[in-house]
Amino acid sequence: MSNKKNWPLWEIFVRSKNGLEHRHFGSLHAADAEMALENARDVYTRRNEGVSIWVVESKNITASNPEHNGEMFEPAQDKVYRHPTFYDLPDEVKHM
Amino acid sequence: MNNNLYNYILGIADNSLILGQRLGELTGHGPSLETDIACTNISLDLFGQVRSYFQYVAKIAGDKRTEDDIAMLRKEREYKNVLLVEQPNTNFAYTIGRQFLFDVYHLAFLAELQKSTDLTLSAIANKCIKEVSYHERFSSDWVRRLGDGTEESKAKMQEAINYLWTYTDELFHQTEADKAMVAEGIGVDVTKLKEHYYKQVSGLLIEANLEVPESKWFQKGGKEGIHTEHLGYILTELQYMQRTYPNMEW
Repeated sequence: MSNKKNWPLWEIFVRSKNGLEHRHFGSLHAADAEMALENARDVYTRRNEGVSIWVVESKNITASNPEHNGEMFEPAQDKVYRHPTFYDLPDEVKHM
Repeated sequence: MNNNLYNYILGIADNSLILGQRLGELTGHGPSLETDIACTNISLDLFGQVRSYFQYVAKIAGDKRTEDDIAMLRKEREYKNVLLVEQPNTNFAYTIGRQFLFDVYHLAFLAELQKSTDLTLSAIANKCIKEVSYHERFSSDWVRRLGDGTEESKAKMQEAINYLWTYTDELFHQTEADKAMVAEGIGVDVTKLKEHYYKQVSGLLIEANLEVPESKWFQKGGKEGIHTEHLGYILTELQYMQRTYPNMEW
């Protein structure tokens, strides 16, 4: 176990129930994808939190640069008309 | 009270109780956060299973003893677990080796116990088998990783398997209670699991790039209450609270 510090980091996504999307739960260390799945099962779903797990090695995720937040996100702030807020949703429609 | 049934269930329950206690020792001391939680989870699974057995045993005993009394307050010679499960967590390879050698047996055993004519036992087996399937997957996976890993991990895994091997044959010994329960269709004939067991175990060891030990000399005694020196220490910890503060509750 001397090289356990070298285990890569994995991002864990869990689907809580059928019909819902996978959601980011956290990250953990594992030597490979299979171990990441087993570790995720034990770390994140031991209290019956999930029905499906995705694991992605963190290095494969391309993230936006916080320094570019201005140009990336601010232009959208004053454009409320892009939200579909002009429709009335029936109560029966959930998860919107 | 049906003595044979009582002793038979104790034999099953004590294996999981002592193995659960052994794994529990690793809580907070696992080699990594993730494996620490995995081992603790397996320990908790085993304690959950043990509860069902001891509740049933307490009912059969029919005296004033509760499930806790029977689980926690017997003397060393009255514990019927196999010697394998009381072996120490010398290093992670020993923990995994012990788990693997027990899980393969446990899974095959529960598959047969599901067919028991005793409905309580078959229901317990039915509930436990999914958990144990995962335990077996976890421990096999680690044997494969360590055996087929670095030179150091392979050497440690091989050493652990060689050491633990002498405790495997006892899994297939029949006690008097075993024979009586098999005759009644309640118990599992463990002698019939032996061939399947060694085939499974050897197959995985070869896959893991490890050697199958050739030793023909085996330890025995646990099922009759004759234990290795380790059990006394395990019980000291397991029974500490009740020995120090008799009848305490919380």
